[in-house]
Amino acid sequence: MLWDWGYALEILPVLAKAAIVTIEATFLGFLIAASLGLVFAIMRMSGPLVAGPVTLLVELVRSTPLLIQIFFLYFVLPKFGVTLDAFTAGVLALGLHYATYCSEVYRAGLENIPRGQWEASTALNLSSFTTFKDIILPQAIPPIVPALGNYLVALFKETPLLSAIAVLELMQTAKILGSETFRYVEPITLVGVIFLIMSLVSAVGIRWVERALNRRTAR
Amino acid sequence: MNSSDATPMVRFENVTKRYGSLTVIDGLDLSIGRGEKVAMIGPSGSGKTTVLRMLMTLERIDGGVIWVDGERLTHVERNGRLVPADTNHLRRVRGKIGMVFQHFNLFPHMTALKNCMEAPVTVLGMKKREAEERAAELLAMVGLADKKDHFPSQLSGGQQQRVAIARACAMRPKVMLFDEVTSALDPELVGEVLNVIRKLGAEHDLTMLMVTHQMGFAKEFADRISFFHRGKIEEDGKPADIFGNPKNERTRQFLHAVLDAG
Amino acid sequence: MGLRSIIALLLATIGLVVFLSTLEPFRIFVPGLLGGAWMTVRIAALGSLLAVVFGVASALSALYGPAPLRWLARTYVEIFRGTSALVQLFWLFFVLPDFGISLEPFTVAVLALGLNVGAYGAEVVRAAIQTVPRGQWEAATAVNMTQGQMLRRIILPQAVLTMIPPWGNLFIELLKSTALVSLITISDLSFMAQEMNQTTMKTIDIFTLVLLIYLAISLTITIAMRLLENAASRGLARGRAH
Repeated sequence: MLWDWGYALEILPVLAKAAIVTIEATFLGFLIAASLGLVFAIMRMSGPLVAGPVTLLVELVRSTPLLIQIFFLYFVLPKFGVTLDAFTAGVLALGLHYATYCSEVYRAGLENIPRGQWEASTALNLSSFTTFKDIILPQAIPPIVPALGNYLVALFKETPLLSAIAVLELMQTAKILGSETFRYVEPITLVGVIFLIMSLVSAVGIRWVERALNRRTAR
Repeated sequence: MNSSDATPMVRFENVTKRYGSLTVIDGLDLSIGRGEKVAMIGPSGSGKTTVLRMLMTLERIDGGVIWVDGERLTHVERNGRLVPADTNHLRRVRGKIGMVFQHFNLFPHMTALKNCMEAPVTVLGMKKREAEERAAELLAMVGLADKKDHFPSQLSGGQQQRVAIARACAMRPKVMLFDEVTSALDPELVGEVLNVIRKLGAEHDLTMLMVTHQMGFAKEFADRISFFHRGKIEEDGKPADIFGNPKNERTRQFLHAVLDAG
Repeated sequence: MGLRSIIALLLATIGLVVFLSTLEPFRIFVPGLLGGAWMTVRIAALGSLLAVVFGVASALSALYGPAPLRWLARTYVEIFRGTSALVQLFWLFFVLPDFGISLEPFTVAVLALGLNVGAYGAEVVRAAIQTVPRGQWEAATAVNMTQGQMLRRIILPQAVLTMIPPWGNLFIELLKSTALVSLITISDLSFMAQEMNQTTMKTIDIFTLVLLIYLAISLTITIAMRLLENAASRGLARGRAH
């Protein structure tokens, strides 16, 4: 038969547990992406000596497949004495890849801050650190939160790539279930539906956040 | 069908247009005869441009009927009742109307020549060579024969507007609508466009309906002036009467403000 | 980055690959990797073509089609944007046979990627069409064109120029997504890399070459789109006159 509801309900708990792994990977990966992205953005605003290599790295990571980067981290780091389990390597790769996208978003947000803010900070003799922390970032971040949110969703949708290094997230679990019972329809479709639902929910969430922020900074 | 000289070329019959709760055109009755040149003047928001846009089917009407050349434009009769016209009918009747816009709206990816050829070829099925000859003639008529292979971005505002007039003429309309066609032009370019309009009016037996702020031109060129205020025609008559001896207080106020201010 | 810098970068990348292929540790990998790269390029090219077809069809359907077609277009976009390319790829690969449809892995790959990127492309097309000024629609109406004629002769030609940069980004995304097909046993660049890595464990050498090759293809796409953009804007001379 085409669709076995019994089987589908049977595997739902298994998929639910795998979903937790997916969500963990998403949030940890995004944590890395959001923080590292900001670091990259700030570094690219510094002198050419620092900005140059960082820009090159960012371009390289952005222009090449995430899958390759996952393999690279998983297989290369051990050669430098750092052996990571699949989950950690995967999360790092996700974080690094999306840090490059986030750095672009941060860059746009920072460039939107009027020059006058920087100049006023200099005139008040604030240190670079204080300037960023108290003046620039609080103004730069709110407008770009929706864009960052979009990348959170995108990152979430790319977690199935971790199945390539056998991380037990949703896609890998579905494949294992499928290969055990030779029924792939239910596991993979359910995974698709789960992603779809979470994607639609987060789209609504992001729009809500966007509206909440616009209310706060209403001009 | 009805082509006696007494039948108006364009007739608005109790036409109403609303935007939400705002009534922009209020029960308008307007008749324009064949070959008549009518200028519509009045303050902004009085509905003059809306009249043109409704005639050109760029806006739907909320009440009444518009007639063109003796037949209904906006409605058809079905089983003794009037129903809104379908697209085919609309297109057939509005083919008799051409329009020139305030912001020219030339097709930027085509040369002046191609702009004038496009509709005859695509819509009328004219052969390319014939359309090209006709387009070249029209461009010569508006004084732009040497610019026929130029793109709109390479032409001045006045030149673009003249091409726009040629483009509209290429479809051989019986009625030409002019929507503030000089308002977006630098002052020194206005004259060349008005000259073309004069030429059009003299050489062709064309019905022309224009919204304009060029009072001098309206006075000299139009057969008739309609003064609009808040969606209705406040006063309507010969230029000499309207400009020389306005009967309506609002007309007088408007003319006073417009003519004495500049 | 200016066109010239991108071309320079491409030449540098290709030069680096050529240079490395003359060195001992890298030499053995190059033929296999280039073979895989060819497969990658074929899938990317066909997938991109399909994506454009789906994107344009979907956008036009959603904007101008009858109600059922509009619904279909919107559902297509929601589903393929809301789930990831890998899920779609696996679904088509593992599940279609159960419905009696057996396709070659290559076909599945091209189809999945085309559908995925096409859904994003639909948005790009829609936005570009809506960027065309209202006045163009009105002028086309004034010369009595049908909606089809307006779209074909006036609106779409102007929308195309606006569309090119975003489509360029989508094509690069598609290129990166081709790596996924290695997971359904297609011998693309990514597959060859994994195979060689498993056999020789010379990860750094292999993946350095691989990253450079992907970079080279990506830069080529960027250059092609820039040239396309230049060609299109010459035909469509834009901007207001003095």
